[in-house]
Amino acid sequence: MFDYIILIPLFSLIGFLLNGFLGKRLGKSFVSWVGPGSVGLSFTLALKLFLDLLALPADQRVIESITFPWIISGDLQVNIAFLLDPLSAVMMLIVCGVGFLIHVYSIGYMHDDPGYARYFSYLNLFEFSMLVLVLANNFLLMFLGWEGVGLCSYLLIGFWFEKKSAADAGKKAFIVNRIGDFGFLLGMILIFITFGSLNYLEVFETAPVLLDVGSGLAVAITLLLFTGAVGKSAQIPLYVWLPDAMEGPTPVSALIHAATMVTAGVYMVARCHVLYLLAPFSLSVVAVIGAITAFYSASIGLVQNDIKRVLAYSTISQLGYMFLACGVGAFAAGIFHLMTHAFFKALLFLGAGAVIHALAGEQDLRKMGGLKNHLPVTFVTFLIATLAISGVPLFSGFFSKDEILWKSFSQGNPFLWLIGIITAGLTAFYMFRLFFLTFYGQPRFDSHRTHPHEAPKSMTIPLIILALLSALGGYIGLPESLAGKNVFEKFLAPVFEAGTHLESAVHTYSHSTEYSLMLMSIAVAFIGIITAFRFYLKNPVAAEKIKTKFATTYRLLLNKYYMDELYDRIFVKPFLNLALYFWQFIDVQIVDGLANGSADFVAWCSKVFRKVQTGYIRNYALSLALGVVIILTYILTR
Amino acid sequence: MESWILTIVTFLPLVGIFLILPVSRTKPNLVRQIALGVSVLTFLFSLYLYFNFDSATADFQFVINVPWIKSLGISYFMGIDGISLFLILLTTFLTVVSILSTWTAVTEKVKGFMISMLLLETGMIGVFVALDLFLFYVFWEAMLIPMYFLIGIWGGPRRIYATIKFVLFTLFGSLLMLVAIIVLYFLQHSYTGVYTFNLLEMYKVVLPYGAQFWLFYAFALAFAIKVPLFPFHTWLPDAHVEAPTAGSVILAGVLLKMGTYGFLRFCLPLFPDAYQSAIPLISILALIGIIYGAMVAMVQKDVKSLVAYSSVSHLGFVMLGLFALNVQSVQGGILQMINHGISTGALFLLVGMIYERRHTRLIEDFGGVAKVMPIFAAFFMIVTLSSIGLPGTNGFIGEFLIILGAFKSNVVYAILAALGVILAAIYMLWMYQRVFFGKVDKPANEKLLDLNLREKLILVPLVILIFWIGLYPKPYLSKMEKSVTSLFELAGQKSQALENNPAGTLISKTLNVKQYSLK
Repeated sequence: MFDYIILIPLFSLIGFLLNGFLGKRLGKSFVSWVGPGSVGLSFTLALKLFLDLLALPADQRVIESITFPWIISGDLQVNIAFLLDPLSAVMMLIVCGVGFLIHVYSIGYMHDDPGYARYFSYLNLFEFSMLVLVLANNFLLMFLGWEGVGLCSYLLIGFWFEKKSAADAGKKAFIVNRIGDFGFLLGMILIFITFGSLNYLEVFETAPVLLDVGSGLAVAITLLLFTGAVGKSAQIPLYVWLPDAMEGPTPVSALIHAATMVTAGVYMVARCHVLYLLAPFSLSVVAVIGAITAFYSASIGLVQNDIKRVLAYSTISQLGYMFLACGVGAFAAGIFHLMTHAFFKALLFLGAGAVIHALAGEQDLRKMGGLKNHLPVTFVTFLIATLAISGVPLFSGFFSKDEILWKSFSQGNPFLWLIGIITAGLTAFYMFRLFFLTFYGQPRFDSHRTHPHEAPKSMTIPLIILALLSALGGYIGLPESLAGKNVFEKFLAPVFEAGTHLESAVHTYSHSTEYSLMLMSIAVAFIGIITAFRFYLKNPVAAEKIKTKFATTYRLLLNKYYMDELYDRIFVKPFLNLALYFWQFIDVQIVDGLANGSADFVAWCSKVFRKVQTGYIRNYALSLALGVVIILTYILTR
Repeated sequence: MESWILTIVTFLPLVGIFLILPVSRTKPNLVRQIALGVSVLTFLFSLYLYFNFDSATADFQFVINVPWIKSLGISYFMGIDGISLFLILLTTFLTVVSILSTWTAVTEKVKGFMISMLLLETGMIGVFVALDLFLFYVFWEAMLIPMYFLIGIWGGPRRIYATIKFVLFTLFGSLLMLVAIIVLYFLQHSYTGVYTFNLLEMYKVVLPYGAQFWLFYAFALAFAIKVPLFPFHTWLPDAHVEAPTAGSVILAGVLLKMGTYGFLRFCLPLFPDAYQSAIPLISILALIGIIYGAMVAMVQKDVKSLVAYSSVSHLGFVMLGLFALNVQSVQGGILQMINHGISTGALFLLVGMIYERRHTRLIEDFGGVAKVMPIFAAFFMIVTLSSIGLPGTNGFIGEFLIILGAFKSNVVYAILAALGVILAAIYMLWMYQRVFFGKVDKPANEKLLDLNLREKLILVPLVILIFWIGLYPKPYLSKMEKSVTSLFELAGQKSQALENNPAGTLISKTLNVKQYSLK
């Protein structure tokens, strides 16, 4: 049965080809069947393989399926081959499951778009690439998926390419990702040169034998790989593309820029945990970058007015949490949060999409308000997602986020935990700010022209399913301190076995410490919610007051710390000027100037020597006479 | 067939010329059809080489060796190995594509144009199959003449400047090479007592380092100009911008490869020690080419000169690979020669198609083209992705192998080369965005017609190759593997021999060439 793994990505590839080549000709209903249908097939098969995997004993849940050799050159041998283990199984289910729901949602959301077939073909291509990324059994094939999802991201961000800002954003995303991939590529090559293989299992098996903990080589490899992760998962300093990526259609933001693609970096770090554990320095880098990014982008999210941008900064912040988890060695906790985040963030984006849909394209929070009664399903589901991301107990986000905070305290250090918990408070605040501004208060849109209406079934059903997952998805990872069994962590345990020694190395804390920390994070979440309630619902004047009181800070945050302007000034502009200088001065003046100059020199010589042969007898006579005089003088004076 | 096939493939286009000559000039379509038919036939014959190529041996195959001018030791000696095989296929394939591309683009002096194209094809194939230095030189120079006419007659407004520049640059290099060939010929005699231009015989002679040094640079200059290696590249943008589409396709697709091919076929096995001592110099020039070429490409205003500068960058990768001297890097380099022929050839074809419609190639004259020509935009996107080396396309395999190989020999080179991969994305996607995205804000672009059937037929095989090599490069890599490793062995043996005997010597039994003769 496991030989059919390749079919999981292949279904989506076929969907892409059908929609890409025939979609426009065969019409919308064809596209609507093939697009979501192919992903549905993938999901069904993925579920079947997952159950088969569960049926195996825990220590045998590593299955490789080799399809055909891809590149063979000298000692380099890379196959098109897949690996199914608990980690890739989880990723596969998220990608297919959430992917399927978003495909269904898109039927309603994109219904009137002239590029309907093109949209679904891109979305299918994305599913294919993402599945290759998570199911590959070697780095190079993962890189194929990695760049493939980058391409789809580029195409879908710039889907409405007639808009300059959309086309710009797509290009920016691709190029910034390429900068990260530069590191990934070199890291991959260094892995091959060190271990003589690019196959995960072979590399991870030999790594602890070949490299000592803390060896420079391990640090170099992991930091290079992490550069790739920083690009793809939008962490400092390469996060700048993700907020702009919101130019794409909203379901795309939900699927690619929240639930799946941007988590690829986290998946990659988790997948390479064996290497990271050999490089404690790199792990600290991962943790610190994650923590700083989490806080940094949450602070920007506090004041943004575009509903999708708030969610984008929130995504960056949540990804920071996941890296924080990986950085302290809690890889399973990172993946757990990756999963719950996929549910509630996809739901938030899809809910935002329903709002935007209802308001005929309006994305500005300042022009929303009072939508609670107009969009009942969206309202309730959005509330569930907001509670989940804010870390309100009993919702999925609470369990996964608390797991990370706890691990960053017990396995990392209190300072990381502090950043984490402050960020948790900010998260609760900006999410409820968004929630209140959207659904409560007086309508601030033009109610004569806009008549908000609930979205069609194809859109609301995915919302409801995701809401269920956001509410209940956390229970599979219920920690033991809360009388749970943490099924999720146990399932992933065989993968992260190598990491368990880290836990035993640090001193153990009692359950009471864990409980008190848990209470603190609950308290912080409620403080955030109550503050948002006071500022945006009860007493909007207070918000304005604070705005004017801290005008500089507010402007700094609103303009995202002027980071785009800074990058433009120190990287983009000088680089462009240098290129112009290379072309107009070095190439045209110097290099070509030398070539043409030597030709001109020859021409000049000919011009000079031509004077010797003018054809006038008197000139010849003159030079003859001169010659005679010179020779005679020479002879006579000798 | 075995020993005749190379002769057929090489001279079939010449036969085509004699078929075209009697056709009246008032029937341009007949001329086109004959030229196309002959080039297709040549391509089919060259496929015979592919299917009957034995990848288990490093020996030259399909060899023909008959004396030509006996008294001077010149022979009609041809044969191919895994290195030249794909270059020949690339040549015959791109010739068909180029001829098809001229169907409506070239309307004046069609007869002369087609004759030049076919003559050029013979010259190019000849360069890749010749194993006699004299014969090689004849083809090398013969190829210049039709190219001179193609740019000079059917080119753009500055065609005369461009074509003279092209010819002078090339001639300058080839004259030095001619001198080197003659010196080599006499040196060969002094070591073996035999006057011969037979390349494989010359492979057996180990020259002292001093001789290697001078001869290497004489050859290298000729090849470096052709590649073109920085700083000998300035003829290229001029030639490309002025050349007709078909000329650009052949120029970028095949002619540039003669330089890189020359380094592998002549410089490495004949002067292995000089080759190795030149590694830092050439690698640095190649790296300058990669980065500098990409940056200059980025700020070009004309799409065609952008593509031309991108060639400087791509060929820099090839050179880096050839001079990193390990299996991956050299295989990657050879594969990248093919890839560049396919992708850049396709880019020039695409630029030609839009030029035919709009009579401009300036980026600022376009915008929003994806709206009016979606199929064209899709093809252009695929080729762009191949050019920037997206995994799954041919470009990635070549670049990855080159960077991997370069990493093995020098980490800094590899890092700099990997920077080039970022830059490629910048200049290609920026150009793509300005041409295809945004609103259609120029009235002239509103009524552009999308690709017709002939144009799609030209592009489809190129796209198939892009994905074929990207997803299943095995047939390509496995066919060239033996030739590459035996080249290393030969170079290694010669270096070893030189160490033992600095004055130079003769190594025997290194190459076991099957010498077919005609009875």
